Amino acid sequence: MEIGPIFRTLLRNKLGVLLIAIQIAFTMTVMINAIFIINERTELVNTPSGMDDANLFHINVIGIGDDYNEQIAIADDLAMLNAIPGVIAATTINSLPVSGGGSSTGVRLEYDISQPSVGTAIYYGDNHTINTMDLELIAGEGFSELDVPYRDTNGFTNAAKTVISRQLAENLFPERAPGSVIGEYMFLPAGNEIQIVGVVEELVAPWPTSSVFHRSMLVPEIFLDGFSIYLIRTEPGQRDRVTPEVEAALVAANPERVVRALETMDETRADTFRVDSSLMVILWVIIGMLLFITGMGIVGLAVFSINRRRKQIGTRRALGASRLEILRYFMLENFMISTMGVLIGAALTIGLSIFISTAFNMPAMAWYYTPLGMLTLVVLGQLAVFGPSNGAAKTELAIATRSV
Amino acid sequence: MLLYYLRLSALSYRRNPILSTLMVLAVAIGVGSYMVVFTLNYVMGGDPIPYKSDQLYHVSLDTGDPNHEDDPPEQLTYLDATALLDADRAFRETASSKFGGTIEPANPELRPFSIVGRGAMADFFPMFDVPFLFGSPWDAQADESMDNVVVLSRETNDRLFGGDNSVGESIIMNGEPYQVVGVINDWQPVPKYYDVNNGPFDSGEDAYIPWRILPAKNYSRPGNTNCWKAIDGRGADAFLNSECVWIQYWVELRDQNEAEDYLSFVNNYALQQKELGRFERPLNNNLFDVQEWMVEQEVLPDETRILSMLAGMLMAVCLLNTIGLLLSKFLGKSGEIGVRQALGANKRSLFIQHMIEAGFLGMLGGLLGLGAAAVGLRGIKYLLSSDFMVTDLIQLNVPVAMYTIALAVIATIVAGLYPIWRACNVNPAIHLKTQ
Repeated sequence: MEIGPIFRTLLRNKLGVLLIAIQIAFTMTVMINAIFIINERTELVNTPSGMDDANLFHINVIGIGDDYNEQIAIADDLAMLNAIPGVIAATTINSLPVSGGGSSTGVRLEYDISQPSVGTAIYYGDNHTINTMDLELIAGEGFSELDVPYRDTNGFTNAAKTVISRQLAENLFPERAPGSVIGEYMFLPAGNEIQIVGVVEELVAPWPTSSVFHRSMLVPEIFLDGFSIYLIRTEPGQRDRVTPEVEAALVAANPERVVRALETMDETRADTFRVDSSLMVILWVIIGMLLFITGMGIVGLAVFSINRRRKQIGTRRALGASRLEILRYFMLENFMISTMGVLIGAALTIGLSIFISTAFNMPAMAWYYTPLGMLTLVVLGQLAVFGPSNGAAKTELAIATRSV
Repeated sequence: MLLYYLRLSALSYRRNPILSTLMVLAVAIGVGSYMVVFTLNYVMGGDPIPYKSDQLYHVSLDTGDPNHEDDPPEQLTYLDATALLDADRAFRETASSKFGGTIEPANPELRPFSIVGRGAMADFFPMFDVPFLFGSPWDAQADESMDNVVVLSRETNDRLFGGDNSVGESIIMNGEPYQVVGVINDWQPVPKYYDVNNGPFDSGEDAYIPWRILPAKNYSRPGNTNCWKAIDGRGADAFLNSECVWIQYWVELRDQNEAEDYLSFVNNYALQQKELGRFERPLNNNLFDVQEWMVEQEVLPDETRILSMLAGMLMAVCLLNTIGLLLSKFLGKSGEIGVRQALGANKRSLFIQHMIEAGFLGMLGGLLGLGAAAVGLRGIKYLLSSDFMVTDLIQLNVPVAMYTIALAVIATIVAGLYPIWRACNVNPAIHLKTQ
């Protein structure tokens, strides 16, 4: 192994070495951090909401004029919707998971406002909401029709019962099994008590980046403020057929209102995550371009540096070096440069990742990203230099005898 | 001479097509990506009203929860907004907030449709320089007597009146007749600085009415409402008297003196309110001008900042690449340089020749990079889709294009300085030998 001679040769061409090493270092830094961000965002975008998103869609109904009897309208609408073939269940709700908009509140186990509350999203639905969303009830039960009061103003809830998400149960009652919190009471900010009657495995909040994302409470209460959202679940595969039927039926049922904003849950999620998805694509493009440029750069510099040493190569060949040994020489040279590059790169990568984690509130990068990145770039370098090295290995021996 | 050197550059390109093309590509990619990210930052983080952004202030009152440590609320309560309006201390001022409305077109063929409107005072329009197509804003009298007047957006006017001058016409909104006094032209400042509560790139409102109508008629509020304290009592009046915040308050103050005066007035008001048991936190009231408010509200998305860093590193890699490739190229021309020196070229003219060659390559890279940036921006617009208000403004304009090409040329020349120096210092004698 010609490590010694190669090293001394590199010392004599510091600039060329540095150029490649730094390019490799920067490429590695960007690539690893970008892939980390992509993975984080992918996880976020694919987070299950607890609902059967693929078969759900929602639509808004807004009453016009003071004569609009919303209570009757909602009851009639839901009855009609449930009768449409292909519809499994329909409900009315104030906001939707992963939609970006909704309500939140803070709950406490004792009514003492000087104590911190546990933040949670709050959904106002009816006794069909759990079935419509297809939530997984892991303890307790849902609501009956009698549990659903109506309200005609904004403010804080008056309902007596709630179903909460597992995460909220764990945060309120650490170390206790979900089944054991059934029957416990929570206090809402206005001082009223509400009793936990059920726990679901998962129901996420409307805001994916919020700290309360996995904490929600479902409360049976219908607001009569002229504005309703209906959420409808269809049988698998029926969603696209049923959607226009539902819209037409709602429009036909009552002209004294506006029916609008029909959207599937999949579309709602895509909208909420549009910036994240775009960022991922942009990052992939940047990674691709970087790898291309660095790869080409290595090829270019390798060709040049090999051409400058034609005479030396020819001499070695004349003295008996085999093609394989020449090839190995240049591959090894590149390996040493790449190693230097990835070592610098490792330091830069870790530095940048710490900066990104603290400045942009992201979790720390897992340990295996950096070594994997180092390996990738060394392999890239070797692949890039293989072609020119092979060309070098084919140098004719006769070059050794030329004096120019 | 310049033409001669340019011709030499072109010939040199032809002699090393692969190497030269790689170089041009590297410069194009580096500069192109950098310009895409630069444009994003410029569009999303730029000053939406540069000529008066330091005269418009958002009032921030800390009416938050004394038992909880966090930032002051981003909006005002009804009690505070009306108190400030009644005091009328600023050169111009407005309370504003969104309202939900349904419009019933006169034409029975058209179905009623819902809109998102904005309640504002008459001052809103001159303060934010809202451009009018027809008519004008209502006057201060209409503010106080809560006249049913409305200013329509261009889209709403197109929808209801086919784009005609509808001043004087009447529309039915939320069940009542409103008289059109004006129609505004397209107005979508980026970011939507006067109300970032639903996102800084939210679309503009469809209609504007005097703000006092909103609480009086209890119109629905599609904006953000935050209440840290339980509402005392039931009903609309209880809500208005509560500590719930839902109102944006902007003042126009022409100079530093006016700003200081207004801030002392606000602090005095807060002290009075403290005696009534409100404003329970330590005094923390502020006036933020437009730029400060954007920073305070963290309008520039984190994503653009991350991309800036990564694009910067990409540009660095491209430049290093260019240095390396230029080194290869120029040292590879040692023979030609040797001949030129033998024929009498001095170091200076060799230097100029190669600077021009580097500049030539940079210019090609810049033009290609401009194309790459345009494609990149088009790609980003596609990804973000047209729901995102800002996409219409994501495009290259002439100053940015000039900047791109200049950047490319200068970057390549700088990258070429060392290679050129090395190339010009080569001993010609060695390269004049032949066999």
